[in-house]
Amino acid sequence: MRIKIKLFANFRDGRFVVEDQEYPPGTCIADIIKKLGIEPEEIGIILLESKHADPEQELTDGANLALFPLLGGG
Amino acid sequence: MDKILRVNMSDLSVKTEEVPAAWAGLGGRALTSTVVAAEVPPTCHPLGPYNKMVFAPGLLSGTAASNSGRMSFGTKSPLTGGIKEANAGGTSAQAFAKMGIKALIIEGMPKDQDKWYSLAITCDGATLSEETELIGKGNFAVIEALQARLGKKIGVITLGPAGEMKMLTSNISVKDPEGKIRSHGRGGVGAVMGSKKLKYISIDDKGAPGVQIADPEKFKAASKIFSKTLLDHPVSGQGLPTYGTNVLVNILNEAGGLPTRNFTYGQYEFHDKISGEFMHDRIVERGGKPKHGCHAGCLIQCSQVYNDKDGKYLTSGFEYETVWALGANALIQELDDIAEADNIMDDLGMDSIETSVMFGVAMEAGVLPWGDGRGVVRLLREEIGKGTPLGRILGGGTEHVGTTYGITQVPVVKHQGIPAYDPRSVKGIGITYATSTMGADHTSGYTIATNILGVGGRVDPLKKDGQVDLSRNLQIATAAVDSTGMCIFIAFPALDIPECLPALIDMINARFGIALTGDDVVSLGKYVLKTEHKFNLDAGMTNLDDRLPEFFEKPVPPHNAVWDFSGEEIDAFWNF
Repeated sequence: MRIKIKLFANFRDGRFVVEDQEYPPGTCIADIIKKLGIEPEEIGIILLESKHADPEQELTDGANLALFPLLGGG
Repeated sequence: MDKILRVNMSDLSVKTEEVPAAWAGLGGRALTSTVVAAEVPPTCHPLGPYNKMVFAPGLLSGTAASNSGRMSFGTKSPLTGGIKEANAGGTSAQAFAKMGIKALIIEGMPKDQDKWYSLAITCDGATLSEETELIGKGNFAVIEALQARLGKKIGVITLGPAGEMKMLTSNISVKDPEGKIRSHGRGGVGAVMGSKKLKYISIDDKGAPGVQIADPEKFKAASKIFSKTLLDHPVSGQGLPTYGTNVLVNILNEAGGLPTRNFTYGQYEFHDKISGEFMHDRIVERGGKPKHGCHAGCLIQCSQVYNDKDGKYLTSGFEYETVWALGANALIQELDDIAEADNIMDDLGMDSIETSVMFGVAMEAGVLPWGDGRGVVRLLREEIGKGTPLGRILGGGTEHVGTTYGITQVPVVKHQGIPAYDPRSVKGIGITYATSTMGADHTSGYTIATNILGVGGRVDPLKKDGQVDLSRNLQIATAAVDSTGMCIFIAFPALDIPECLPALIDMINARFGIALTGDDVVSLGKYVLKTEHKFNLDAGMTNLDDRLPEFFEKPVPPHNAVWDFSGEEIDAFWNF
């Protein structure tokens, strides 16, 4: 299945900004984080279809996933 | 011994007073709001002789505590009609504290409205003088001239042309460590200074005795722990120093809460062109500074210096809210245009949130086309800066422009422009906008931390559950933090790292030789909010002023979220 992955801030360093990648059915968000070489504790915000999601969440074909390190502002 | 400086603009006198016992334990916002509540009649005209200006450094300002250099300014706001506290970095808070000035109160109004004055504060006292040379000049020229007259190290609090014209978008500007500008930003506070006919305040702390610490060893130990928590937290230690506050553009865009085209959509097609990531790369490429502190002793360094394409200074303190308002909300795609507008607003002394949110409404009204960055720059320079009739209308702010042009989609609460987070898709911040004693103000209870950023736990931004409690807890905590002189960004480690807040309280205790507990600090926050709320009610506001504009009943994409809190649910905020 095809997953659109968007990376932000320093997650982009040495990786990419946005990519469509192929994953087998049953892939969860944590699997993708691992494959990208991001440590679980580096993850700040996970947005799936613009909504907050947990790493255990299983993905479906065509999913839009955005990963951010811990960030803030205001 | 700490003192109160009282300047009377009616008889042009300056008095030094002892600090009343009831004010001794207060600083920053707690003190400014206490003084305003005690001395300003709530129903007075904000630009008349009964209103007052109150400056107060925080409880920890002037000490070695990291991030403690914020100065609070309090008054009755001519924009909201209620009480206002606006705090800023710069060099003045630390200078005041070192000189033992607990508060500066400026009252009355000159009988001769044709004359302008300046106030010079030194260790020998304060002196009012008539000022002619710098009237009509922008803030940068004022700072430059005063540095030439009085030396590079001088502290400056200055009023730009917008404040001289008593515009509701005007702010009060403060010199930062590099001679650029920080602002007491919101609520049209510059207009109050303009009504007092005060162009600037110079501060020379040469020979100041410095702050006495009751228990220096205890202070040092607590300060070390506190600083470590700031550096250890990923937001204050890495995220903010690298990307600044503007990193939020992409986060809010992804979450569907980035108000776009005057709050019509929740996502902006060209978000990447105005994002924190893009801005960081451009700053580095052009030889600017991605990291910069607004006051000495700041460890977080969220500010930055942004250069133009020729590598020359264009602006600094270039914040998310400004970039959002002129970018996504006014559809301007060119970051250089937004930076140029930011610099002009600094020079004119304008609130870059109120002014920029206003431009979204002005575009809705057809005053200029959507996305017209050059048009914004022109209107700022040629109309607002020169005080033409159109400039006066625009300078009146978001609601003023909406009323003038018959626009219904006007994002304000208590007449103050709504900042950078859509309250329909980030519901906690909607409660803060509705209930804040300041009018629509994200900083007074920054639920984005918990709603969006995952700091201090998680509360789903799209559901109503838990939002009133979240906003209340954060508003109470913020009112207390605003009283310490601390930057509000210390809240990120304070929400997540258990040692942070106790270390902050230990520093206050060591500074004054007292024994405050966590509960005392919460009580202080509650006292501040209740004092401010009472002032607003006495000024004529009711619970019906704690409401969002009706256009938020319209769904906003991508979540098609609506604002669906009942009045009764919002009013429960005040149950404490």
